[in-house]
Amino acid sequence: MSGGSVLPLLLALGLAPLLLGVINRTKAAVAGRVGPPLLQPYHDLRKLMAKGAVYSRTTSWVFRAGPVIGLAAVVVAAALVPLGAPALVAFPGDLLLFVYLLALARFSTVIAALDTGSSFEGMGASREVTFSTLAEPALLLALAAIARKTGSLSLSTMLPHVTVGVWAQAAPPLALVALALLVVFLAENGRIPVDDPATHLELTMIHEVMVLDHGGPDLACILYGSALKLWLFGALLIGLALPVHSGHRWLDAGAPALGMLLLAVLTGLVESSMARLRLLSVPRLLVGAGVLSVLALLLVLR
Amino acid sequence: MIPSLLLIPAVGGVLAYFVRRAGPRRALLVLAAVAHAGMTAATWRVEPAPAWGGWLELDALGRMFLTITSALFLAAALYGVAYLREEGHGERRDVEEGFLFDNAPEATFTACLLLFLAAMTLVTVSQGFGLLWVAVEATTLASAPLIYFHRHHRSLEATWKYLLICSVGIALALLGNFFLAVAASGHGGASVRLVLPDLIARAPGLRIVWLKAAFLLFLVGYGTKMGLAPLHTWLPDAHSEAPSVVSALLSGALLNCALLGIVRVQQVCAAAGQAAFGQGLLVGFGLLSMAVAAVFILGQADYKRMLAYSSVEHMGILTLGIGLGGGGTFGGMLHAVNHSFTKAMMFLVAGNILTRYRSKSTEEVRGVLRALPASGMLWAIGLFAITGSPPFGPFLSELTILKAALDQGRAGVAIAYLILLAVIFVGMATAILGMAQGVPRDARMTARAREPLLRVVPAAALAAVVLLLGVYIPPAVRTALEDAARALG
Amino acid sequence: MITVSGWADTVLVCIVLTSFVLLGSSRLGACIRVVAFQGVLLGFLTLAARQDDPSLRAPILALVSTGLKGVAFPWLLFRALRDANVRREVEPFVGYGLSMLIGTSFLAGSLWLAGRLPLPSPTISPLVVPVALFTMLVGLFLIVSRRKALTQVLGYLVLENAIYAFGVGLVEGTPMVVELGVLLDLFVAVFVMGIAVFHINREFDHIDADRLSALRDWAG
Repeated sequence: MSGGSVLPLLLALGLAPLLLGVINRTKAAVAGRVGPPLLQPYHDLRKLMAKGAVYSRTTSWVFRAGPVIGLAAVVVAAALVPLGAPALVAFPGDLLLFVYLLALARFSTVIAALDTGSSFEGMGASREVTFSTLAEPALLLALAAIARKTGSLSLSTMLPHVTVGVWAQAAPPLALVALALLVVFLAENGRIPVDDPATHLELTMIHEVMVLDHGGPDLACILYGSALKLWLFGALLIGLALPVHSGHRWLDAGAPALGMLLLAVLTGLVESSMARLRLLSVPRLLVGAGVLSVLALLLVLR
Repeated sequence: MIPSLLLIPAVGGVLAYFVRRAGPRRALLVLAAVAHAGMTAATWRVEPAPAWGGWLELDALGRMFLTITSALFLAAALYGVAYLREEGHGERRDVEEGFLFDNAPEATFTACLLLFLAAMTLVTVSQGFGLLWVAVEATTLASAPLIYFHRHHRSLEATWKYLLICSVGIALALLGNFFLAVAASGHGGASVRLVLPDLIARAPGLRIVWLKAAFLLFLVGYGTKMGLAPLHTWLPDAHSEAPSVVSALLSGALLNCALLGIVRVQQVCAAAGQAAFGQGLLVGFGLLSMAVAAVFILGQADYKRMLAYSSVEHMGILTLGIGLGGGGTFGGMLHAVNHSFTKAMMFLVAGNILTRYRSKSTEEVRGVLRALPASGMLWAIGLFAITGSPPFGPFLSELTILKAALDQGRAGVAIAYLILLAVIFVGMATAILGMAQGVPRDARMTARAREPLLRVVPAAALAAVVLLLGVYIPPAVRTALEDAARALG
Repeated sequence: MITVSGWADTVLVCIVLTSFVLLGSSRLGACIRVVAFQGVLLGFLTLAARQDDPSLRAPILALVSTGLKGVAFPWLLFRALRDANVRREVEPFVGYGLSMLIGTSFLAGSLWLAGRLPLPSPTISPLVVPVALFTMLVGLFLIVSRRKALTQVLGYLVLENAIYAFGVGLVEGTPMVVELGVLLDLFVAVFVMGIAVFHINREFDHIDADRLSALRDWAG
């Protein structure tokens, strides 16, 4: 069951907020501004932990439990994802556990949002769930295609088995999977073109509006949880796209970490160069990602 | 000889587009038609040499269809001269809805007519399947402007449907071509050329699965062009909106060309021992076409549409005949000949009625025998011919098909066939006899109008041929049809 | 290095992707360009298929077909579109998301069906038959499920692309004249259809094919 290394988990827990900082800094650089410092998310987290929380009288224990459950689910999911070294916890079928832990995190956020009784948060919850309904099949089918190609059902054996040789042999399906995972990466983390993380208008928000009423340590949990989620999806993508398996422990760990930072820069560039899609067009994009996954799966199954 | 058969109408068509004055242009049309008919008659005496390395060759079946096409075109050209003289130019008033519309330029019409003849000739002389495909698609493209002669929205709608449905069908036939090529591909190396004699010679070595799939695609693809139900939906619209000259050619000659495509692939299947596979399908499509036609002929308000559905019915009958095999195939091919001449005559007469009465409705037209004596008589004669009464040609061919069905013990098929024929007879007889008899609604029409000779003589000549075929089949024709029947299994 | 089969596979997967983009795209101009790009991809496929043929046949054919499908057809269709002066949106009967899902089922069906047809000789790629079948189904679906006459012409072009892909991938010995004849027929067909679309717009002020319903047997 175990036998992996604690390195991927430590890297995730430590470096996840840095990704957010890199993305924001990239967007600022493209826009010609200086932008916030790279370590700003860490400062934000520290500031939030020091604050107190105010709870509305219309909420119940669900509202207080939501952020905690969400963070706990994402942290456990982080123990399942390899990055340069096998993950701490690995067993056949752990990719399903991974997907469902993330679904649990999403569920807890949604439930906490609905618990407030606010119409804005309900709107955000319904949008979030709609888009996830379309994105989850894309993610699962993409993972299924990789699993079929490498012949194993555990993330820690799947991703390291995607070597340069496998890429040379099966480039089309793997490219399609990478593209699908990129779209899911942008959709699940509320990035442009699906959602604008920097918007101030509640009617255009999806993720941010669900957490409007949280404050203090709860908000810190949510912020950290979303950074971790970003890291985890990125780790999946980098593990697929960057087949570096030289055998040196530090090179194997360092290269993917560098890849993650590059992915953050790429996300920042994508966010700076595109506008957000109309909400009615987002399902088309997600179905497109699903179709890419299906196509990859069919190509691999042949 | 074969290249000249193709070049005469092609060059004539290109020239006709550039001739400015109407008189010389119509003369060119008739001249080209006469020359083409003359060359076709010559092929019955002198066997034409294969051209282009065997891709173009006139076998017995092709010569049969070429003769039909050429004869019908000659009749249509003569009729067309009178038609264009009377109706070609100026603004006209639509007969159904009363708005004003223009006609297409006569030069375009004449040029497309001749190019249409060239394309149909190419279909009859092609021995290569690829070339056959190109020719059938060319007929679609050449005839689309002909349907859009009257420039109004209904004919445009008919033209669009015709273009799209037939092009999609023919595209499927192209896929059938490729499947046939795969069926003929050699086991490691030499493949068979997609030329009919080669394919028939090497038939036992063809891959059966691909051959069957190819037949299916050819049946659906060329069947769309031929008007087999349920792919016939373009037919009533195109035939009712096109000028009668064009409808005569479409029904009489073009449907046969599409049939030729199906017959060629069935020849290959029969040579490979797979005749039975296609025959069941052909019987099914045949009966379905007859049934659909019967439903839509009863109570049909537009007589040109009724004639169009009658074409669907007759295509069904001859498909049924070919599907029955043996004597039925002979009957089916004979029926193709009979139907072409009869239907073309009916359409030409319908054109006369339309010009005189300015109405397409079976209810409104009355007393054709009084207003247009010659056309009225031909109209009534045509009814009996087209529904299969003796002593006309279609009676013989339909009887042969019935006999084949009974000989094979397929009582169900025979009973359905007879019932549908009866229903169609009732439907058409009420309409046509109702139109022929009685007194014209408009009293002014009783004055017997002078019917232009050129509008009556071609139709009368076609009727005479139909009568002749009902009484006596020339030996050369009989031999050609028997050869064809034998080749189809 | 990447083998012939690798190149052909990539081109075929790109063709599948273009078909999906067609199913999900809502802008007429984008659709015309995607069909043109599909034609260019077929030119690449022609080159990949005849790599071991030393004569000039394959490059000439690829050049002619790319020129026609990549340049001439879009030019004709854009001209028809500009003259038609209608809203440049596709207006489908079946929504875009549902169309893409139906396309996925077509893809699965074609892969299954192609497995049942025994391939004769070694072809350039085992993907040729399923991709050709799939693209054919997409073409037919586009004709049936889209409202405008111009999208029906695009569906017809996609159908012809599919059949051409099939021919290029499987058939060896068609004479060049016949292949050129096929392309010529296609050109004239698109030309005539473009003129027809122009006339339809002039006559009706729209190019909605589903509103062409004056000719029918039962009134009402």
